[in-house]
Amino acid sequence: MYDLIVIGGGPAGMAAALEAEKNGVASILILERAEFLGGILRQCIHTGFGMHYFREELTGPEYADRFVVPVEQNPRIEVKLGAMALELRPGGETHTVIAVSKSDGLLELRAKAVVLAMGCRERPRGALNIAGTRPAGIISAGAAQKYVNMDGFLPGNEVVILGSGDIGLIMARRMTFEGAHVKMVCELMPYSSGLTRNIVQCLDDFGIPLKLSCTVVAVHGKERLEGVTIAGVDERLKPIPGTEEEVPCDLLLLSVGLIPENELTRGAGVPIDPATGGAIVNQNRETALPGIFSCGNVLHVHDLVDYVTLESQLAGAGAAEYIRRKNAGETVRAPEYVPTKAGEGVRYVVPQQAEKNEAAGVKLYFRVGGVHKNAVVRLYANGKELARKKRPRLAPGEMEHIEIAPRQLAELPEGAELTVEILE
Amino acid sequence: MSQIYDVAIVGGGVVGALIARELSRFPLRAALLERGNDVAVGTTKANSGIVHAGFDAQPGTWKAKMNVRGNALMPQLCQTLHVPYGQNGSLVVAFDESERPELNRLLERGRENGVPGLRLFSREELLAMEPNVNPGAAAALYAPTGGIVSPFELCVAAAECAAANGVDFFRNFEVQALCWEGDHFIIEAPAGQLHAKAVVNAAGVHADNVARMAGDDSFSIRARRGEYVLLDSSQAGVVRNTIFQCPSPMGKGVLISPTVHGNILIGPSAEDIDEKEDLSTTAPGLAGIQKTVARTVPGYPIRDVITSFTGLRACGNRHDFVLERSAANGNLIHAACMESPGLSSSPAIAERILELVRETLGGDWTEKPGWNPGRPKPVRIRELDNDGRRAAIAKNPAYGKVVCRCETVTEGEIIDAIRAPAGARDIDGVKRRTRAGMGRCQGGFCGARVLEILARELELPREEITKFGGGSKILLRQSK
Amino acid sequence: MTKEIICVACPVGCGMQAEYAEGGSIISLTGNSCNRGLAYAQAELTNPTRMFHSTMRVEGGPLVSVKSAAPVPKARLMDCARATFAVRVRGPVAIGDTLLPNVCGTGVDLIATDRTI
Repeated sequence: MYDLIVIGGGPAGMAAALEAEKNGVASILILERAEFLGGILRQCIHTGFGMHYFREELTGPEYADRFVVPVEQNPRIEVKLGAMALELRPGGETHTVIAVSKSDGLLELRAKAVVLAMGCRERPRGALNIAGTRPAGIISAGAAQKYVNMDGFLPGNEVVILGSGDIGLIMARRMTFEGAHVKMVCELMPYSSGLTRNIVQCLDDFGIPLKLSCTVVAVHGKERLEGVTIAGVDERLKPIPGTEEEVPCDLLLLSVGLIPENELTRGAGVPIDPATGGAIVNQNRETALPGIFSCGNVLHVHDLVDYVTLESQLAGAGAAEYIRRKNAGETVRAPEYVPTKAGEGVRYVVPQQAEKNEAAGVKLYFRVGGVHKNAVVRLYANGKELARKKRPRLAPGEMEHIEIAPRQLAELPEGAELTVEILE
Repeated sequence: MSQIYDVAIVGGGVVGALIARELSRFPLRAALLERGNDVAVGTTKANSGIVHAGFDAQPGTWKAKMNVRGNALMPQLCQTLHVPYGQNGSLVVAFDESERPELNRLLERGRENGVPGLRLFSREELLAMEPNVNPGAAAALYAPTGGIVSPFELCVAAAECAAANGVDFFRNFEVQALCWEGDHFIIEAPAGQLHAKAVVNAAGVHADNVARMAGDDSFSIRARRGEYVLLDSSQAGVVRNTIFQCPSPMGKGVLISPTVHGNILIGPSAEDIDEKEDLSTTAPGLAGIQKTVARTVPGYPIRDVITSFTGLRACGNRHDFVLERSAANGNLIHAACMESPGLSSSPAIAERILELVRETLGGDWTEKPGWNPGRPKPVRIRELDNDGRRAAIAKNPAYGKVVCRCETVTEGEIIDAIRAPAGARDIDGVKRRTRAGMGRCQGGFCGARVLEILARELELPREEITKFGGGSKILLRQSK
Repeated sequence: MTKEIICVACPVGCGMQAEYAEGGSIISLTGNSCNRGLAYAQAELTNPTRMFHSTMRVEGGPLVSVKSAAPVPKARLMDCARATFAVRVRGPVAIGDTLLPNVCGTGVDLIATDRTI
């Protein structure tokens, strides 16, 4: 019996565990499916991590190590590596986690609280319905990153990358450094979903063209990929006939989006927000099932790990508070919640609800649906403006936030909805 | 060449593999020859997986006889071989009154073919069973014996059973010539030469080419492309039965069906082609499927598509299966032109071909002692209860190491698939046997791990591991 | 003379406008939100540099990730990349260990960003 089980030993899980421990939780277990802590950061060997959180530019492994060391040294945090949680059974007093591992066999574990931090996975080709053959040589950018950075193998020589998210951009440079020729990066949208600086230092620096409003419409080759057909797309993202162009290549890397990995969450009956693909949570990242928390990319896909850390600390502290109340036998009266809402120009808002008497105020994280220049982010409830801020640039690839002060939150009338919207 | 096989089967699809299994009951030397790197890589791999009830075929044809018999054999066969099968029932829907006569015609045909339990449903009965079907439908034909099966798992299981019972399996053995030596064939392939007294031609879309190698041009085959889309298991439940539209001259129309693994399958499109290797999918084909299926389930959002694929069906110019000893050489036995309902018929076809082989070879046909009709039940951690999981991991810790997160496939299951008789040699082979890589990330995460396990088990460098044999290498070179 | 420069010093990616004299020295800069932007813009106009990261093989063991201890001239990035191919480093490796001193004569060391223990 543990106080807290954290499922996933990546940046989210480690930050949640450490924060829970800092807030007094005495027995914590981290279940990690890989043979090492750190999750996907271990294969993200480029810099760009930590500027917000550590005020320092770190590589993925370095960022991970800042958490791995304290986790490993903390006597109140136990880690099981190579352990995969198969099932989460929510209960009133305690929750049960079923997991398997080589060394422990089948584990039936119980805890007062659970933090879900399983991360996300990449969207596959099938989701795109690209026509053509099924040769080898079409893989996700993340898979290529593992082959190249962890295993030291090159999966292709002549490369086309579909999708200009950060992983796609980063892999363009990595493949170049490893001796491949990256011919182009195609992006369906009229803008890149990656960070501007990655376009500069991963593409521009090496003369790799970024083709916007362009997609791969067909792949060719029987055994190994021999080429792709690209085409321009119109404003409805449909390929424009007559713009097709054949590009010979032996590797197509797909960087077409990430999906939160929520099988376990769904299986437990935790309500999911279709807009994020993650659980519906409150300001402590607690799901609709008391004592079950969710944070990091399994909750919603982040662009910066720094925000994953901050979010996971909220979940860790929230879990600690939940456990403290349990241990003290305090009865918790049902909190009064204000729902949050994605207004004009906003795709989703996390958390989906905020407790009215949250003393610290609440930061609402959100993503926009399109690119905006010199726009205003506005937070309002019942027609009354609560906050606004000017942003020179807003893009779907970059997570934004706006804050509501504790007093404003407490004073919201019955039935109010906190809405975030974008004004041009 | 020291030995002569009694029988060589050309083609490791579901038909060839089931024939191999049938022959393995007897004390004869048999070989299963496959041009690909694995069994189940042709028509078997990309197939709707429907076990048809048998009301569709013209009475008196091989198709009609084999389908009804195959349908009856399928449940027991799948149980013996531990292959996923479900008798979910089939429905043919008439969307307006003009299609009702077609239902009556199918009902009559079905009764003549001996299909059990056929019934006409009113609109109300149809909607009660399938609430998501077009509420404007006029009526439906219900066939309770319609089923679903995993075609490639059936083929893999049959090949594994055959191999364990002594049939030699040759992969990457592409037959290019058959030379009759008076009492046996010399079978030539780039990979080598084999001698066999009888040859069974189960070469799928290439069976007419194999026939011609022995001077038999009594039939020809065109490949008919069928494109399918497979939806994520989150879409499960939209239909329970396999739902067909009324047939047209180009095939049975677009069907929507659950699969044995809880996905939803929609397809096929149908297009006759001349190139027998064209497995590409096309944008119009996929769009057409999606549009046509809207007639069955209106307003159905085709989302969560996890993959699309193309299958080739071997359509013969005789418009029936060719199950006979060749007129050109009686030691060549055809199991050819296996268009739909080839999969449904395959268990019955294996019986029929056994009879023809007996007739050809003559002699004593006493079953050999100790023949195992099945195979060891594969461990499926995903499907076991917790006690079962505990026991499995206690016996072999590798069942505790999850490799494919989407489908919960463990290292132990992957190793089993590689080490099994006629086992997996490539990424796709592991995928067909274990489902590793078949989930919503389609191997994005576990592909690298499966590749590592294959390299280790096969004692090959990682850059030699392929997706499906030949030049389909995943990694081009070691960079560091 | 003026030039548009996108700052890569941090993930914000400020779009800056630099006015500069012959030889590249900056007269005025707008659009930057911190002093690192100024430093970056000045370097872009005179001697553009970039951080370099890659991997190196530990003898008989795994790959270990590396980075340049300081930015290297942008023009030398591919040279640095090639330099990581042939070398085998002796393990075990700790974060911060110097694995390739003075890479390609740039005066910058390649240091480990991960550990093998």
